[in-house]
Amino acid sequence: MKRQESAEEVVRGSHCGHAGASAIRIRRTTPGHDLLRGLWRENPVFRQLLGLCPALAVTNTVANSLAMGTATFSVLVGSSLLVSSFKRVIPEAIRLSTYILIIATWVTIADMVMEATVPQVHKALGAFVYLIVVNCMILSRQEAFASRRPVGRSLLDAIGTGSGFILALFLMGAVREVIGYGSFLGHGLFGASYQPWTVMILPPGGFLAIGFLLLAFGWIGLRREARRKAREWSRLAVVKRAA
Amino acid sequence: MENVVWIFVSAMVVNNFTLFYFLGLCPFMGVSARVSTALRMGAADIFVLVVTSVCTWILNTFVLAYAPYLRLISFIVVIASVVQIVEMVIKKVSPRLFRELGMFLPLITTNCAILYLAIFQTNRGYGFFEGLAFAVGAGAGLTLALVLMASIRQETEFSSIPAVARGAALVFIIAGALSLAFMGFAGLLSAT
Repeated sequence: MKRQESAEEVVRGSHCGHAGASAIRIRRTTPGHDLLRGLWRENPVFRQLLGLCPALAVTNTVANSLAMGTATFSVLVGSSLLVSSFKRVIPEAIRLSTYILIIATWVTIADMVMEATVPQVHKALGAFVYLIVVNCMILSRQEAFASRRPVGRSLLDAIGTGSGFILALFLMGAVREVIGYGSFLGHGLFGASYQPWTVMILPPGGFLAIGFLLLAFGWIGLRREARRKAREWSRLAVVKRAA
Repeated sequence: MENVVWIFVSAMVVNNFTLFYFLGLCPFMGVSARVSTALRMGAADIFVLVVTSVCTWILNTFVLAYAPYLRLISFIVVIASVVQIVEMVIKKVSPRLFRELGMFLPLITTNCAILYLAIFQTNRGYGFFEGLAFAVGAGAGLTLALVLMASIRQETEFSSIPAVARGAALVFIIAGALSLAFMGFAGLLSAT
């Protein structure tokens, strides 16, 4: 247990090689923090840039985004459960292959369940259901969290990160469907006179949508930072005047 | 023969893996800072894609006809072992190249383009040579997108970009523009 709680342990969390997630620092955390962190502060798509392929490829409508998000969520929760339960018996040297096999099993199950229950959605998502296996978000949660934490915490973390993923896909799908089709979940929004921006539902629209969403979040972040600095300066000024 | 050429062109530019199917986005974001690295990454991608395509064909023909539910699991195991073997071979044959590629090699395992190629090839029922053309075309397309992106990013290094757009947001918007440009190739498909 000592190993798991050392405050400065840096985990090689990314299997994708981008700077955003090259190192994930493990700290002592509360259960609530484990659950909520993945939702926004460490959102897999917008903050860590993980799992981009499904986030761009199948988000041209809200319905598709939600289906993909739910499937990924279940695979992530299932894999975290298994990996954290069996972490003591998985040999260090072949751990990545073991995780991949566990994930692939869950994806096969998810694929069969979807084909049986919602065949139309399954057809719309196509091969991208299979590609959940190589979603680096799932593998990075196993390597960075589930393989070194108790089962309960790993489940909380998986639920939080999975929900963050659903949220991100929902946002992408909403932006693209509202602009690209002029509808939301298939209900028309702007009436017949609306000229849809077809490009938003085509591949370039995926890139543009996430680009502009990231711009918007970056702008909000910068403004918050500027306001915080201004507040600190004014506090400093007050202290100086008092002195 | 014409069919094989057509599959190659289609995989390379018309349905470019990165810009049309959003596959292999992680290296696209991570390894596209320099043109020289992008080229080497592309070469490694092409090699793994070709070997995977051959293995997929063998698996499909001799094994999976009897056990279709094992498809995903066997594909991913094959890809992981191919990457491992490629790594060992390169290490033995050319230690210099091995050092240069370094961490990019193992990352290819989780590159969705490779798995997608295996699944796509199965779904479309490609034969041996068609699969080969598809793999080389897809690899060339990945390399093309990577090199284009790297050249553009090298140019942006010296331009003044507003703080809010630096980093991922800019790369995505550039990729959107590239993807728009590649949509022009869609005319090739309907022309014939």
